[in-house]
Amino acid sequence: MKIKLHVNGKKKSVEVPPMKRLLDTLREDLGLTGTKEGCGEGECGACTVLVDGAAVNACLVPTCQVDDAELRTVEGIARGGGKEAARLHRLQRAFLDHGAAQCGICTPGMLMAALALPKKATLDEIRAGLAGNLCRCTGYMKIYDAVAQFLDGERA
Amino acid sequence: MIAAAGIDVLRPRHLKDALMMMRVAADEGHPLVPMAGGTDLFVTLNAGQKPAARYLDLWRLDKLRGVRADGKRGLWFGGLATYTDCIDSKAVQKRLPILVDAARQVGGVQIQNRGTLAGNIENGSPAADGVPVLMAADARVVLRSLDAERTVPLAEYYTGYRKTVRQPDELIVAIEIDVPEGAQRFDKVGTRAAQAISKVVMAAVGHRVAFGSVAPVIVRAHKLEAYVAGGGRDVAEAQRLVREDVKPIDDVRSTAEYRRRVVENLVASWIGGLDGTPRRGKARGLDKAPASR
Repeated sequence: MKIKLHVNGKKKSVEVPPMKRLLDTLREDLGLTGTKEGCGEGECGACTVLVDGAAVNACLVPTCQVDDAELRTVEGIARGGGKEAARLHRLQRAFLDHGAAQCGICTPGMLMAALALPKKATLDEIRAGLAGNLCRCTGYMKIYDAVAQFLDGERA
Repeated sequence: MIAAAGIDVLRPRHLKDALMMMRVAADEGHPLVPMAGGTDLFVTLNAGQKPAARYLDLWRLDKLRGVRADGKRGLWFGGLATYTDCIDSKAVQKRLPILVDAARQVGGVQIQNRGTLAGNIENGSPAADGVPVLMAADARVVLRSLDAERTVPLAEYYTGYRKTVRQPDELIVAIEIDVPEGAQRFDKVGTRAAQAISKVVMAAVGHRVAFGSVAPVIVRAHKLEAYVAGGGRDVAEAQRLVREDVKPIDDVRSTAEYRRRVVENLVASWIGGLDGTPRRGKARGLDKAPASR
């Protein structure tokens, strides 16, 4: 089945089986391997991407359901051009500043879930918004700190 | 990765077309499996379960989307209403706030954005967190086929473990509720609030009580309800009656004995909070439950 979608602002078209997982279409057909597979059953959130602005687990979404949709993956959040440090998204920068990434497998999903948070999110709302993303390294505090700093900046 | 190449899926744009496809497939003896957000379905597929022959993707049927207030106390949920729709709905926040509480504990945000009430009902998991709330609120399931529509009380929807009254040519097009009067309460006992399948769920609206994870299907506690509706407030008697309403089992998440104890403790706490009556009888305190297994 031919699926047309917008990925990180670019028009794309892929020929895939309709029930192929969005995760596999991203990684195999679109070459976007930034999105990781953790558990493959909707528990860990490592494969979180944004579909029309809403966070979803790409391991549980059939590709046919994103036909005509607007997708955003971790590859699409840094700005193009300039020095590497300048290109990073402010959220990525905050993760670096706070040491919010250790092994890194949860990081792409954490970033995408955090981007779906409301700008005015409180610490409790950050916790709830990231409750579907598991991290086995950091103990979460550094991640919450990074996200809180990012949201503070967005509000300023 | 699943072998997606062999799985057939029909993708209607209009409800009428969807109902026609359901009818034709049912008549041919190979019913279609309806698919909403896919959050339960893909867990089983990813785990290697053999897929059904053909699916019907409901996701494009915009007519089935949304949640709205209906009349003075009513709520209408489209067949594709998601848990996020429930959380965001002013009408649900006001009229059935325990559904918002339950919806916030269904998976994480990613699941809430795709998981639907109707999918949760039809999938028939005895551990579904939102369903006890709907059942305690006397929800009705609206089933439509190509030429007929019928409404079934949710409390009568299940005929056995993961078996429902839905006929092969029918789709859940809506869930309707006239929220009963009375205090509301929702308790989920699990390992963790988000991303954990519950060990016991209790929902109460007025004198109506439903339990999850303590029987092959989500159940109403009819004996307990009749006792409390008749003015009964003796905790020990209520606990005795609720033991007859539930049939928990030992499984990977807990034991039957632990679940029974939690049910009794929740009932004691609930009765204690009803019309401010003091507790009587031998209640087992909430702090005396054995350690979770």
